[in-house]
Amino acid sequence: MNITLSITKNIHNWLFSIMPEGVASITEMVLIAVVYLAIFAVAGLYLVLLERKVAAWFQLRIGPNRVGWWGLLQTMADALKLVSKELTGTVKADKFLYNLAPYFVIVSALMALAVFPFTQEFQAFDINIGILFLIAISSIGVIGILLGGWSSNNKFALIGAMRSGVQTISYELSVGLSLLTMILITGSLQLSEIVEVQKNGWLIVQGHIPAVIAFMIYMIAGTAETNRAPFDLVEAESELGAGFHTEYSGMKFAYFFLAEFINMFIIAAIATTVFFGAWLSPFGITESIPLLGVVWFLGKTLIIVFLMMWFRWTFPRLRIDQLLTLEWKYLLPLNLLNLVLMALIVWLNLTIQF
Amino acid sequence: MSYFGDIAKGIKTLLTGMSVTGKYFLTSRKGAITQQYPDNRETLKMFERFRGEVVMPHDESNEHRCTGCQKCELACPNGSIEIIWDRQIDAETGKKKKMIDQHIYHLGMCTMCGLCIEACPTDAIVWAQNFENSVYDRSYLTKVLNKPESKVKAGIED
Repeated sequence: MNITLSITKNIHNWLFSIMPEGVASITEMVLIAVVYLAIFAVAGLYLVLLERKVAAWFQLRIGPNRVGWWGLLQTMADALKLVSKELTGTVKADKFLYNLAPYFVIVSALMALAVFPFTQEFQAFDINIGILFLIAISSIGVIGILLGGWSSNNKFALIGAMRSGVQTISYELSVGLSLLTMILITGSLQLSEIVEVQKNGWLIVQGHIPAVIAFMIYMIAGTAETNRAPFDLVEAESELGAGFHTEYSGMKFAYFFLAEFINMFIIAAIATTVFFGAWLSPFGITESIPLLGVVWFLGKTLIIVFLMMWFRWTFPRLRIDQLLTLEWKYLLPLNLLNLVLMALIVWLNLTIQF
Repeated sequence: MSYFGDIAKGIKTLLTGMSVTGKYFLTSRKGAITQQYPDNRETLKMFERFRGEVVMPHDESNEHRCTGCQKCELACPNGSIEIIWDRQIDAETGKKKKMIDQHIYHLGMCTMCGLCIEACPTDAIVWAQNFENSVYDRSYLTKVLNKPESKVKAGIED
């Protein structure tokens, strides 16, 4: 296993000096997992706050502004409230699956975070099949949703979960294919190498026309993957109550909610990594300070998150047949065409490189 | 070609929608419609058309415009208005004339439909914009709209 965290080299050496090798590396992994968990639980809460604020501004409202300065502690207070709430369930629910489902969703969301290159060498797990890992992990979450919907023993939940299954299976193709288009340029699935390739220009510039098309398809399919409006058939409030998490309360509900927002972050982070040069600054203006890469990475990610929020508060929800038409009749054929176009461009060396 | 035409049209309409919401997003700071109510209690002014409660305006010499015709009482779909009237001798003409004693309005039953105000031929009752109507007992919601000792303005019936 290749854990490269140059910032924590001292801790690394210290741990290896006092423990046998196996124990030390396990301790290290646990430490990193705890740090990631803590950071992203809080980051997820602030994404919820950001969503609420952005939604408010789109609708000419003010948004939460009572708890803390500018409402900055609002979601913290909400989380505290949810922790203190009773965990209820339906009588005839399948108790084991019902309790298992939220963990599936949240664990798969958090697992995907491990591979992102936040800055140079700041990457918990630089696996050589990074993109494949991300695509695989991001689709495991749907099992949690299906389990939750099925085991709740509730019609709304079941309909929501089944829609989620249909949606995720369809749109995964587009996510995969649009990322595959970009892999044609990089020639590697490893995220650190993808970033390395982008030192000659971000992939969206290198790949020009097909890259822009791939990015558009990726954003549409990615929004669908995270079950957000306009593809939020899964929890369509006006039709299904709350969809698959109708019967969940308290912290279990919060897990689903948090996972949704972490998934949004993940989709945006993949887009940042693959299309917009991850932690690389534009024209290499801060190349000498690798730590600033975190700022660039998060900045780019937040812009794409904002784009997804913009989608959500602009477009009306699709019907299920429209959803499938969009995927199978438009996105998929376009994606395949785009793949061929990209292959031609890479073959004929028409990429733009600085 | 309509396949690609559809795609182009779809993208164009999506961008149009996004530009509309984007404009709202940028101007939201100035044009926020949220009223932060208890904070701005002094400056908050309700809209002209807001239906708070039915009132009967009186002028400075304590005269109202209600002739006691009971059209509002008839118009009210759920009996929120009761008018207690009797015939009194009019001071000017010396004839007996219908005059209101009490115009009773049950705010607790009122659905704010406004039919009474439409029905009133002399514009004696109007909407007030007051909305702070919470009280500790519902008997407070029964109001007498005409002030004590008030009388009808001269020349209204003509």
